[in-house]
Amino acid sequence: MRLEQRFYLVEAVQGVVLTAGHFFRNMGKHVAHALGRKDARGAVTIQYPEERRPYSPRLRTLHRLVRREDGSPRCVACMMCETVCPARCIYIVATEHPNPEIEKLPERFDIDLGKCVFCGYCVEACPEDAIRMDTGILEFSSYSRRGMVYTKETLLSLEPAGADGRPASPVPIPANRTV
Amino acid sequence: MILDVGIVFGRVLFVMLFVLNMGGLLGWVERKQSAIMQDRIGANRASIFGLRVMGLFHPIADAIKLLTKEDFRPARADRFLFWLAPFVSVFFGLVAFASIPFGDTLRLWDREIPLQAVTLNVGVLYVFAMLSLGVYGVMMAGWSSANNYALLGGQRAAALMISSEIAIGASIMGVIMVYGSLNMQDIVRGQGQYFLGGWVPAWGLLTQPLAFVVFLTAGIAATKRAPFDMPEGESEIIGYFVEYSGMKAGMFMMSDFLETVVIAGMTTALFLGGWQIPWLAADGFHFPWGATATLPHLLVVVLQVGAFVVKVSIMIFVMMLVRWTLPRFRYDQAMRLGWLGLFPLSILNIVLTGAVLLLFGEPA
Repeated sequence: MRLEQRFYLVEAVQGVVLTAGHFFRNMGKHVAHALGRKDARGAVTIQYPEERRPYSPRLRTLHRLVRREDGSPRCVACMMCETVCPARCIYIVATEHPNPEIEKLPERFDIDLGKCVFCGYCVEACPEDAIRMDTGILEFSSYSRRGMVYTKETLLSLEPAGADGRPASPVPIPANRTV
Repeated sequence: MILDVGIVFGRVLFVMLFVLNMGGLLGWVERKQSAIMQDRIGANRASIFGLRVMGLFHPIADAIKLLTKEDFRPARADRFLFWLAPFVSVFFGLVAFASIPFGDTLRLWDREIPLQAVTLNVGVLYVFAMLSLGVYGVMMAGWSSANNYALLGGQRAAALMISSEIAIGASIMGVIMVYGSLNMQDIVRGQGQYFLGGWVPAWGLLTQPLAFVVFLTAGIAATKRAPFDMPEGESEIIGYFVEYSGMKAGMFMMSDFLETVVIAGMTTALFLGGWQIPWLAADGFHFPWGATATLPHLLVVVLQVGAFVVKVSIMIFVMMLVRWTLPRFRYDQAMRLGWLGLFPLSILNIVLTGAVLLLFGEPA
């Protein structure tokens, strides 16, 4: 260490001058912003709920079940996703499909998002391209574990995110959110 | 008679409300100032009817939250001392400001009202006595929590308090030698003199620069806040208030802020000329280039009280800057700084001041 560094005071004053410089520069920008100069920003942080950073198109977000043209799920209840899921958070109950061309239909398709690790294996495993993770929805929460279980109807109602990565459908709130 | 009592109450109430409100506001100042220093915005979400006012409602929201929290007491804690400790801590933080003058004598209706909560001949000693007693609350909290980490925090607070108080006490010896009084009001009045042909006010900052640095450093240490936060030490021991919850924990935080206000007030009174405004005498401005501006007595007093408040605010700003700039000291480093750095420096300051006073005549 150099001699002036051994005297803590010099370095301390240098540090205080640096942070004070930041304070007064940012304060000036805040004042300019309040006076109408809307391009002056005193902070570099993103004001989260109002502002969001752009999401990557590859970002894995809340799952959705892809619909056929008649609105029924494209899923054929082959259990591939349930089998591959490392968190074991998918529960499928299969039933007969009225159309003999199609093998099966999920009677229930629940995803426990409290357990899901968002690995995306279910999307990769699906032979029918029936489950995707492209809704852009990140803010789902619940007051109970039970409320984190999303059912087939909820997952079917979701739309893919827009071109800017913003969610196209509102954050689904399960009926038993507060249970 | 009743008017006299009322005046005394008014003086005490002014100081009390000033310190309490400053202490409460410091929670907001700390959040916002640190945020702006770090290119952030800071807490701004608490709102009443959609009104945010730069997050000024956050102290109220904090207080409501703390008051409605569960008041937990460990099963093996000493019931009485555990309950008493936060009150002791806050009490001595509040009363310490009493002998700091916030203005000159106010003449109203043929009365002379000293603008000071208590007129004490030993005002300087009183403030330090109260500040040192404040550490009893911290030690009580540490001991009575029946928690070894809390006990460690309490012991560290005591050790830090001793090593900083000695440096504080020794550093203001120089100020007392220069102005020749232990009465805070006399010290502030002494700083109303001028040197260099009446251009420069004889503030303690200029007559005692070394004492100012030592006092400010030791004073920041006495507030137990970063960079001297080893009694709390979030990163290693949680500190003396580890077992406290709700408003009791809030009171310990509050007492830190109160001590910050007291140290800022002390620094203002001893080194920044207290309520003095350069070239403002009791009857108006007397500029060194010959011009004068006569002002009514009441306006002069208001200006002086305003000057005191502004100076205290600036000192608080500086202390917050230091708190949010410097990394914290390790326990042994703080001890070494106190005993091997600040204490010898303040002794050196006493010797130098004595030599200068001996060589260049009378105290200023």
